[in-house]
Amino acid sequence: MLLVYCPHCDVERAETEFSCRGQAHIARPSDPSQTSDEDWVNYLYVRANTKGVYAERWRHIHGCGRFFNAVRDTVSDKFLKFYKAGESMPDLEALAKEAGK
Amino acid sequence: MSQPFRTEKGGRIERAEQLTFTFDGEEMHGHKGDTLASALLANGVHLVGRSFKYHRPRGILTAGSEEPNALVGIYRNGDQTPNMRATQVELYQGLEATSQNRFPSLGFDIGAVNDRLSMFFPAGFYYKTFMWPKSFWDKVYEPVIRSAAGLGKPPKNPDHDFYGNMYAHCDVLVAGSGPAGLAAALAAAETGAKVILCDEQAEFGGSLLSEVNASVDGKSPTEWTGEAIAKLDAMDNVTLLTRTTAFGYFAHNYVALVERVTEHLSSPDPKLPRERLWQVRAKEVVIASGAIERPMVFPENDRPGILLAEAGRTYLNRYGVKVGHKVVVATACDTAWQAAFDLADHGVEVAAIVDMRETPPESLLSIAKARGIRVEAGCVVTGTLGRKRVKSALIGRLMTSGKVASGGQIDCDALLMSGGWTPTVSLYSQSRGKVVWNADMGAYVPGKSVQKERSTGGAKGLYGLQATLEDGYAAGEEAAKAAIGKSAKITHAASSGGEAGEGGTLGALPHDRNAAKVKAFVDYQNDVTAKDVKLAVREGMQSIEHIKRYTTTGMATDQGRLSNMNALQIASGALEKPVTDVGLTTFRQPYTPTTFGVFAGVARGDFFDPVRKTPSHDWVVKHGGVFEDVGQWKRTWYFPKNGEDMHAAVARECKTVRDNVGLFDASTLGKIEVVGPDAAEFLERMYTNPWKKLAPGRCRYGLLLNDAGFITDDGVIGRLAEDRFHVTTTTGGAPNVFATMEDYLQTEWPDLDVWITSTTEQYAVAAVQGPKAREVIAPFIEGIDLSNEAFPHMSVKEATFCGVPCRLFRISFTGELGFEINVSRQHGKMMWETLAKEIEKHNGTTYGTETMHVLRAEKGYIIVGQDTDGTVTPQDAGMTWAIGKKKLDFVGKRGLDRPDLVAENRKQFVGLFTKDPQVKLEEGAQVTSAENPSTGTPAEGHVTSSYFSPALGRNIALAIVKNGHALDGKTLYVPMPDGSIPVEITGPVFYDKQGARINV
Repeated sequence: MLLVYCPHCDVERAETEFSCRGQAHIARPSDPSQTSDEDWVNYLYVRANTKGVYAERWRHIHGCGRFFNAVRDTVSDKFLKFYKAGESMPDLEALAKEAGK
Repeated sequence: MSQPFRTEKGGRIERAEQLTFTFDGEEMHGHKGDTLASALLANGVHLVGRSFKYHRPRGILTAGSEEPNALVGIYRNGDQTPNMRATQVELYQGLEATSQNRFPSLGFDIGAVNDRLSMFFPAGFYYKTFMWPKSFWDKVYEPVIRSAAGLGKPPKNPDHDFYGNMYAHCDVLVAGSGPAGLAAALAAAETGAKVILCDEQAEFGGSLLSEVNASVDGKSPTEWTGEAIAKLDAMDNVTLLTRTTAFGYFAHNYVALVERVTEHLSSPDPKLPRERLWQVRAKEVVIASGAIERPMVFPENDRPGILLAEAGRTYLNRYGVKVGHKVVVATACDTAWQAAFDLADHGVEVAAIVDMRETPPESLLSIAKARGIRVEAGCVVTGTLGRKRVKSALIGRLMTSGKVASGGQIDCDALLMSGGWTPTVSLYSQSRGKVVWNADMGAYVPGKSVQKERSTGGAKGLYGLQATLEDGYAAGEEAAKAAIGKSAKITHAASSGGEAGEGGTLGALPHDRNAAKVKAFVDYQNDVTAKDVKLAVREGMQSIEHIKRYTTTGMATDQGRLSNMNALQIASGALEKPVTDVGLTTFRQPYTPTTFGVFAGVARGDFFDPVRKTPSHDWVVKHGGVFEDVGQWKRTWYFPKNGEDMHAAVARECKTVRDNVGLFDASTLGKIEVVGPDAAEFLERMYTNPWKKLAPGRCRYGLLLNDAGFITDDGVIGRLAEDRFHVTTTTGGAPNVFATMEDYLQTEWPDLDVWITSTTEQYAVAAVQGPKAREVIAPFIEGIDLSNEAFPHMSVKEATFCGVPCRLFRISFTGELGFEINVSRQHGKMMWETLAKEIEKHNGTTYGTETMHVLRAEKGYIIVGQDTDGTVTPQDAGMTWAIGKKKLDFVGKRGLDRPDLVAENRKQFVGLFTKDPQVKLEEGAQVTSAENPSTGTPAEGHVTSSYFSPALGRNIALAIVKNGHALDGKTLYVPMPDGSIPVEITGPVFYDKQGARINV
């Protein structure tokens, strides 16, 4: 069971308090009517299945209820960074390099 | 009280306390401190079970949790637990054990014929044999295999024990309490770090408990162990757990332990759990799981009476039991010699030490000589005789040519063997670490740490008492430093004796026997021989992963702890590749078999899943209502009266609602309060319908899609004020709707000033439906003019019911005049009982979910999740009226324009009449255009709802059918096993098509 840090509550808690909601930084197109079918399908269904460093959405569902993002190495399950929803995506390559040290 | 193999003195058993137990019904005696295995051996019993495949007689092989043979059933409270390792079962007064996998008896077993027929059961037997014809599989192969397979029989009754659970956090978890683990715990505890020390055995100490030829700080190893444990026990920062196996090492240093709390007791306190799961989150872990001895792979190495050398020494020194009166010791390493010497010192005749090595160390030879023990150096055991107990060993001399010359036969009643030592890397492997091959040791040892752990002592291939102690102290210091950043000085114990030995062998030993006829076992528990591994290679298996699955070697409950290294070496030889190129299988959780009970914990029976009850529950029970489970909710299904069956009760309820009035508990509907300056804007974006112009005091049906364009939920939404909406959802969909709303609100539209709150549990809801609904509620409602003009259909207003605040909705899910009254949950019972009494005055009825379903189906109202399946759009459902045409965006709008969603031939929501009004369709049945479609014809759709409609006096159904909207009046078919049923497509609204009845 993973140990997850909630940046809103500033606590580490067991994974069972959280729900993972897939890849982060998939924004809903701001003007759907002007979005092509292909782009809309990408928004709906197409997700990276990264082996390695991956930014994903989490919700502290049995805690504060708020969404945040985490960068996780999908091979080792190590978390490299936690940050609040709305903050920009960190440099994943730099994080991977740092963790590799 | 004859225990012919008990020593005169010594061991850690309590000789003064004699215990009585039975094995296969025969009464025997042992002592407190015995395991079942040691007590059986004390009584001279080696034969304890039959092997898995060949039903060969098997005896106790080890003294630990890796035991492959001595699996027994233990009876307790009228039920039995199968496959318990006799080497771990502690003896208690009255213990009842039985052997397994034999019929009719252990001594005479019909299944043993498999051993004679073994040429017909090669590796891969199942894959080769049970292939065709296909029809044989369920009728012949599977039943036969099932009845022959498995060892113990599963218990028949529900588990009468209960299981506990603990969460624990610690700085340092030490798994294993041999010299390395004890030293690590002492060093870590000294720093003040919070330490948990656990050990799978009944006592702490590991190998120290069977060591008699060494001293630690001038004391006997057991005395030193006792003092160390006493010291740890006195420290507040240390938790000591015996009988506790660290069975699972998971991500982020989450380690699962199982503590066996009462299983070793004759009459345990009924308040205590049988076992307790410890879920430990450790900052640092010290793996001190030690090493285990490897069997030697020689022909007939599985006879009862053949044990590992260290096991023989453990039974002698720790339990005071001699494994035999005349013992042969076969070895390739030094440590087994000590077993021979210890036995000789207890007066056991050591018939010979057979060492593979041409020149064993001089120091050992001289001790053997002093004790008068015959030594056969440069020799191997090439076979054994004796069916139910070994009676002699065949000796072969290793020639320089690589061949083996017969070296005669030595009589014995026990044979101890040692192929060297294998570090127990299970926990390290579970932590996702990759083991590395150490050629000097001939063993895989832990490599780089992936998690915050380190292995110490035997677990990393380090032997010798003093070296192990030193390594343990260092590991404990390092772990504490890493966890809490502190160090502490601790005096390291100084020991003498217990030196590490040299030597060891891997793989099958050479012999001079007919290779086609003999069996040299690699994996005892799964009956895999050296021959099987070689055959797998000959038949094309290259990777150890394939060899493992083809032969099943290493697939028994010990996961190959005993067998892997020998199997690898044999495969490596057959493949002519170095061991490292053959690969190694991964050890996985659990380390030893773990009961289902400990995983289930308290989550069983009433605690498996919470039961949600509505305020009418007790009243319904009292009035004989029948419940159905809807998710976690108990909902009333129907209310039978005077012995009615369901059909009659539902028909009466339906008619009464249409003619007079009915009362229904709608409390389970999901409710969400949406509040804030942007509440209307938020709903505008979430739902298909327009909300901004909805006046306070009015309601509207809301349809919720996902962004793909498919219907996910629906419900009536009432606007109570400019900035406040009362949203209802389906019973099952409430949590998802709430989560989806939160998701969009927090992550897509954080600029909106809106708060949403789940209020499902806050309100009790009574639906009063029918022509007399107004008369029923009128006496209790204050603050509202209930007339049709003042409070028309789709109104909502706050008022009081019997003086308590309520939200009154005028809405209908039946097609009749209807009201839904929401009061605070605490008043729900009062409201229900008041209304239940009142409806009687109006010849009304209470009704349940089945009647609710029939009434809504008569009106063609969909139930999301029953009439829709996640691929239905509003157009498909005939509900384009629910879409706000002028809206630029809402969740799902863009999705609805996707090519597939506007394409021809979509499945659409329709009504069905069976041609014969008395025939009722099965929900889920397929709809086809041909009366008798040939196999493989795709269906045109399926029946989603089907009921007898009392209002129409016939059966009706709802369905989704390809192009259904264009097929009105056409005939299709529902093929069933008893024949095809012709149906006519109709509109989904069957009753009061103009909707006049709701506006009265």
